Amino acid sequence: MLHIINKSPLANGTLDSCLRVATGGDILLIEDAVYAATKGNAFENKMTEAMGRFKIYVLQPDLDARGVGDRLISGATSVDYEGFVDLTASNKNCQSWL
Amino acid sequence: MSDATVKKFMFVNRKAPHGTIYALESLEVVLITAAFDQDVSLVFLDDGVFQLKKTQQTKGIETKNFSPTYRALDGYDVEKLYVEKESLEARGLSEEDLLVDVTVLSAAEMGALMDEQDVVLSF
Repeated sequence: MLHIINKSPLANGTLDSCLRVATGGDILLIEDAVYAATKGNAFENKMTEAMGRFKIYVLQPDLDARGVGDRLISGATSVDYEGFVDLTASNKNCQSWL
Repeated sequence: MSDATVKKFMFVNRKAPHGTIYALESLEVVLITAAFDQDVSLVFLDDGVFQLKKTQQTKGIETKNFSPTYRALDGYDVEKLYVEKESLEARGLSEEDLLVDVTVLSAAEMGALMDEQDVVLSF
């Protein structure tokens, strides 16, 4: 299953809830959620820990737009819009967390 | 409607009821989906569990009290209501505080149920 998150984990509990409930699969961070996978942010350790259960993808255009395109944490995979589409197609179902 | 067209729909409710329109909108989409004879599950996570709190009284804020509608879901064959145990406990609530019968699941059980769905919609 693909979980799509679009809120910063430092301002909103959505990513936390996803990590608590979801069993595993793919997580795609888009929009303000991309901060979660940047080096030195307060959520970095949780993100790294989550890599045991999930494969973490981050939308590169959203990283770039925020000036953090060069700060992706290791273990996370950056994708472009085509990669975004591939993820939705390769998973049986997906949830855009609100 | 033939079985082939029935999909498993899950509605994930994570917002408290009266501060935003999400809870009411979710309920409307749930009723529409049920009218198409689909397999509907409702999930209540985080502040979403407050949607099911008994004794909601909205007269003072002059908005519609839609909480009785949850009791009517049964009549639309929407019988699968799931509440996450951790979310309830974090808010000082128990099953007795809720206005409908629900199945209380752990976070892990909830996640497994999510994986089984064809369509998951967030509210």
